[in-house]
Amino acid sequence: MTEYGFFIDPSRCIGCQSCVNACAECETHRGYPMIHVDFIDRRNTINTVPTVCMHCDKPTCAEVCPADAIKKNEDGVVQSSLKPRCIGCSNCVLACPFGVPKMMSELEQMMKCDMCYDRTSSGKRPMCATVCPSQALAYVPMEQILRERREKPANLFFFGNEPVRTKVFMMVPPDVDAVSIDVLDYMWEPFP
Amino acid sequence: MRRVNSKSESLWREEFAVEAAAEQYVSRRQFSKFLVLTSIGMFAGQIWILVKNWFRPTTVYEEKSVAVIGEIGIGEVKLFSYPEPADACIMICTAADHYVAYSQKCTHLSCAVYYEREANRLECPCHEGYFSVSDGSVLQGPPPRSLPTVVLKREGDNLIATGIKV
Repeated sequence: MTEYGFFIDPSRCIGCQSCVNACAECETHRGYPMIHVDFIDRRNTINTVPTVCMHCDKPTCAEVCPADAIKKNEDGVVQSSLKPRCIGCSNCVLACPFGVPKMMSELEQMMKCDMCYDRTSSGKRPMCATVCPSQALAYVPMEQILRERREKPANLFFFGNEPVRTKVFMMVPPDVDAVSIDVLDYMWEPFP
Repeated sequence: MRRVNSKSESLWREEFAVEAAAEQYVSRRQFSKFLVLTSIGMFAGQIWILVKNWFRPTTVYEEKSVAVIGEIGIGEVKLFSYPEPADACIMICTAADHYVAYSQKCTHLSCAVYYEREANRLECPCHEGYFSVSDGSVLQGPPPRSLPTVVLKREGDNLIATGIKV
């Protein structure tokens, strides 16, 4: 079986919220989307970016979980918290560098994107990638994405000096190898 | 049951693995080892406490004159402090020439106890703890131990506190 990869291209995102609604259709968390579509800078641009779980090699959410509730399985997919273990402390929500986990206060449990594990584990594509009209979220083999796209897939991120390698790829300009994120720079806001 | 490829991982990380596949149940041997070692540790700790208790220095109390005979009548009390000025004590004259004294601090939460003459007992008003006047033992309520007794000695007309019996 061909190895499929998950590719996010924010430059293709049109903010249609299809992925959000498709995600909310899922039986396991009906009505609650596990995907975020955010405006990057609402005042100046209509650009949006979809955020699904990047499925880190060393998932920070799982590392910080005091209840041992977040597990990564053999496919490298980081699962939602285990219901019997999760204590709803929101440590993972605060720790995730990508801001993925969601604290479901109604359930007292953290839930997050698990790459539609029920689907992907049996060879189907994740819900969001199937409905994305611009294929900003694409679940395709690596060869295909390299052939079809101008951008390059990258899965190494630097948060300051902290490298984070992920299972999900971000499409970046061809001359970029790793996405470097200056956290302080993003937090900085000019005085009004 | 240790996995060979996780030598570099710390033990706690091994036990609380991030990978679902690396999760393991504690083996019977590991559990028995834990039980035995913990029991040995507990036993050693008890012995250590015992030995430490043997070598504990006994507190030496200074003698201090706290009252004179006839200063208080039968059923009356006198408050004094012993051995330090901050240690409040209460003395009760229970019968002619018969005096008892206790620390005034309730053993529950250190409220000041007072003498309740009608019922002939010491009462702590905070949580309704009652102590016996005859020996300071707990009659009722939350206090866990009896009141420390101030040992009194009579010397002529003076009542002298010579120590505290817990």
